[in-house]
Amino acid sequence: MSAFAQSQANETFVLNLGPQHPATHGVLRVKLTMDGEYIVEAEPVLGYIHRMHEKMGENRTWAQFLPNTGRMDYLHALAFNHGYVAVVERAAGIEVPERAEYLRVITTELNRVSSHLLWFGAFILDLGGFSPLLYAFDDREHILDLLESVTGSRLTYCYFRFGGVYNDIDDNFATGARAFIKRLRGRMPMYHKLVTKNIILMKRLQEVGPISAEMCRKYGATGPVCRGSGINFDVRRHEPYSIYPEFDFEVPVYEQGDSMARYMVRMDEMEQSLRIVEQALDKLPEGPVMAEKVPKILKPPKGDYYHAVETARGSFGVRVVSDGSNTPYRLKLRSPTFSNLSLFGEACRGMLLPDALALMGSLDLVIPEIDR
Amino acid sequence: MNCAALKEKLAAVPEALVSETDYARKGFALEVQVSPQQLVAAVSVLDAEGFFLEAITGVDWLGEQAALRKEAEAKSAAEAKAQAAAAAAAGEELPTAEPPAEQGELPEDELEAVYDFNHYESLCRVTLRTRLPRSKPEVPTISPIYPGANWHERETHDFFGIIFVGHPCLEPLLLPEDADYHPLLKDFRP
Repeated sequence: MSAFAQSQANETFVLNLGPQHPATHGVLRVKLTMDGEYIVEAEPVLGYIHRMHEKMGENRTWAQFLPNTGRMDYLHALAFNHGYVAVVERAAGIEVPERAEYLRVITTELNRVSSHLLWFGAFILDLGGFSPLLYAFDDREHILDLLESVTGSRLTYCYFRFGGVYNDIDDNFATGARAFIKRLRGRMPMYHKLVTKNIILMKRLQEVGPISAEMCRKYGATGPVCRGSGINFDVRRHEPYSIYPEFDFEVPVYEQGDSMARYMVRMDEMEQSLRIVEQALDKLPEGPVMAEKVPKILKPPKGDYYHAVETARGSFGVRVVSDGSNTPYRLKLRSPTFSNLSLFGEACRGMLLPDALALMGSLDLVIPEIDR
Repeated sequence: MNCAALKEKLAAVPEALVSETDYARKGFALEVQVSPQQLVAAVSVLDAEGFFLEAITGVDWLGEQAALRKEAEAKSAAEAKAQAAAAAAAGEELPTAEPPAEQGELPEDELEAVYDFNHYESLCRVTLRTRLPRSKPEVPTISPIYPGANWHERETHDFFGIIFVGHPCLEPLLLPEDADYHPLLKDFRP
C-alpha cells in the first residue's frame, strides 16, 4: 500500500451536525466521526432544551403539573396529557365518565394524525422535496382549527383534567371532524401517488437504515420504529387503556426494518386513526364530561403507580410515587424518542451521511420530548 | 412467556424478593427487590426471556428512616396508652411506665434505583428495585446486556448521582457537561 493510501485509510475527521441544523428538527447535536462521506461513529449530544420537568413536578400540586405535559411532545401533546391524567386517576381511583373517554380518544387520534402529517412533510423536506410539506400543512391546519375550537389552544394542549375533559364538543366539531376525515381520505391516494411511489423517494429509503427486531428490543424502541421492524407492539392493543378496546382498528406492521417500512407504518396509521375517530363519533354517548366527585385537593394514597399510553412516537410511560400529600414525591417521565434515538449511534455506523439523515428523519424525533 | 413462570425464575436469583402486584391498580405485574450485587443476574433472566428495557430511574428516600422511627414510636406510645386505659377501666393499679428504650443512631437513608421492563408479546411489566446507601450509591451497570441502558443510566446519574460501576461513559447527558450537582436529590439546593 502506498504511503498516500495508508494515510487516507487512517484519516477521520469530526463533523458537528447541529445543534442548529434543520435536519435535526430542533436542538439536537450529533458528533459524527467521518471517514470521507462514511460515518465511523455517531454520538448524539442531548440536553440543549432540557427543562427538568421531573423536578418541576415535585414542587407543584398534582393539577398544577398539567400544563407541563403539553410542552414536552409538542406534536402529540394530547397523548402526553392522557398519560399523566391516566396515572393520577389510577393512583387516586377516579372514575372517568364514558363520554369523556370518547372525547379523549377522538381528540388524541386527531392529534396523532396532525403529528404524522407534520412528520410526513418534514421528513420529505429532509430528503430534499419541498412541496409535500405545504400539502401536509394545509391538511394539518384543519385539525388545528378543530382542536382549537374545543381545547382552546393550537399546539400545547392542556385539555384533559383528572376525571374527564374540560370542554364538551358541539355539533360543529362533529361535522368538521367528519368533513376532515372525508378530505384526508381523498388526499391520501394523492400523497401515495405523489410521494410514496416516487422513484427518488424509494431509492432514498428502501434498504436504507435497517433496524433489526433484536436491536429494537435491546434499545427499548417502541412505536412506529419497532412496528417497522416487524414487532407487533402498540400500547393501545398491548395493555388497553381508556376505551380503545371498543374500536376496530389495525396495527400496521412492516417486516423490512428499513426507513421505507417506518414511513409506511406512519402513512397507514393515519388511516387507522381516522377509522377510530369515525367510530367514536358514531358511538359517542350522551352524558357528563367530568366526573362529579373529584376532590379539589388531590391526595393519592401512598405507593407508586405506572401508566403507559401510545403516542405518535411510541410508548410514553409515567411513573409517579405518592407519599400521600398534595404534591408528587417523584414523577418519572419515560419518553419514547429518548429510547428510539439511543439506537441511532449503532444503526448508522458505516452509512453515508445523507442516508443517515434519512434514517434520522424516519425515527421522527421531537427534541423537547427527549430532553424533557 | 408467562408471568408465573417468570416469577419462579426471578425468585431463583439469590436474595430476590418477588411479589405479584395488582396490575389494574398499579400498572405493573411483578415487583422484584434485589440487592445491587444480584442486579445483573436478575436482568440477565429478563433478557433471556425477551424483555425490553423501558426506563431506569431513581427515588431519593431522604428522611425515610426518621419517618419510620417516628411511626414506630407513635405506635408504641398509642399501645401503652391503650394498655393504661384498659388497666384503669378494670380498676387495676396503673403499670409503671417503662422508660422509652434507648434508640441508637438512625440507620442511613437510601437511594432506590428502579428498572422497568416490558415485553413485546405478553403483558407483564416487571419493576426491579434495588436499594443503595446514600453515602455510597453504587450499582453495577447493565449496559453490556442492554445497550439502551447506557443513556438511561447516564440520566439517572445526572439526576441522583447514582454511580453505575463499569459504565463506559458516565458523563452528564441532559445536564451541562460540567454539572457536579444532582437536582433530584431531596437535599439539593440550587
